Amino acid sequence: MTNAFMRFLVAVGAGVLFGFGLSLSGMLDPRRVRGFLNIFGDFDPTLAFVLLGAVSISAVGYLLSRRMREPFLDRSFHLPAQKRIDRRLIAGAAVFGIGWGMSGLCPGPAIASLALGLVPPAVFAAAMIAGILIHDHWPAIRELAAKRFLVRQSSGKAAGGGAT
Amino acid sequence: MLHSYVHSLIGGALIGFASALYLLLDGRIAGVSGIISGALKPPREDQLRSAAFILGLFLGPIIYRVGAGGWPSVHYGGRLWLLALAGVLVGFGTRLGSGCTSGHGVCGLARLSPRSMAAVAVFVTVGVMTVAAMNCLGL
Repeated sequence: MTNAFMRFLVAVGAGVLFGFGLSLSGMLDPRRVRGFLNIFGDFDPTLAFVLLGAVSISAVGYLLSRRMREPFLDRSFHLPAQKRIDRRLIAGAAVFGIGWGMSGLCPGPAIASLALGLVPPAVFAAAMIAGILIHDHWPAIRELAAKRFLVRQSSGKAAGGGAT
Repeated sequence: MLHSYVHSLIGGALIGFASALYLLLDGRIAGVSGIISGALKPPREDQLRSAAFILGLFLGPIIYRVGAGGWPSVHYGGRLWLLALAGVLVGFGTRLGSGCTSGHGVCGLARLSPRSMAAVAVFVTVGVMTVAAMNCLGL
């Protein structure tokens, strides 16, 4: 059993616990989630309880990890390196907040809900993956758009031989 | 009511426990938006491990169903175009913002990460405003 294989198994196990926890806690229900955001209307505090439980246990895990030089199954921790609060972070959070408020769904519940075999979460999940791909391939998309439509690039960075 | 809040606390604790395991054993943040993105691009070992987590996420409700004797109750609004638009915004926004409710919320807050605290403050506030606006618009 290589470490790589064990890491893979741990990932499955963690995913199962996560998906089960989402199901038990009611967080697969967009109406409940939006209820938490509906502070001016029919307020549902459930999400606060879920977050309380989740952050508490996650914090214990984090505190334990601080005493370790490496995780049990890998050579190093892979934690976010960025420290600055920049415009991308804020803009991204805002865009996410709009989508989350509109639907009551975020990535975890979106994927887990696919197990229920219903159309609405499948539509959301497909669109979400499209959104992820658009972000992750943005430079190529910009360049393609520039070549196709000869649009003036405001920052001239991504364009190939197109108009300046 | 109390019955439901106990379920929520325990369910939340399980989510936290999953995140702790992923951190202590695999050394990674259990942020689903990052995991989905990771499944879609090389290197291969990261793709496989990410896909494994996603598989687990999918299996979770199935195991719940077996144990509870039924699926968790869910209620969706009727407008699919709204869900599609929201999905694109969530997908793009979580990547631009480097995380979502699991990455920034469950993991980031536990680490007292200033970036995560800022992100959570923003997406919750904007979420609240969005729901209020939709209520006004009758959506």
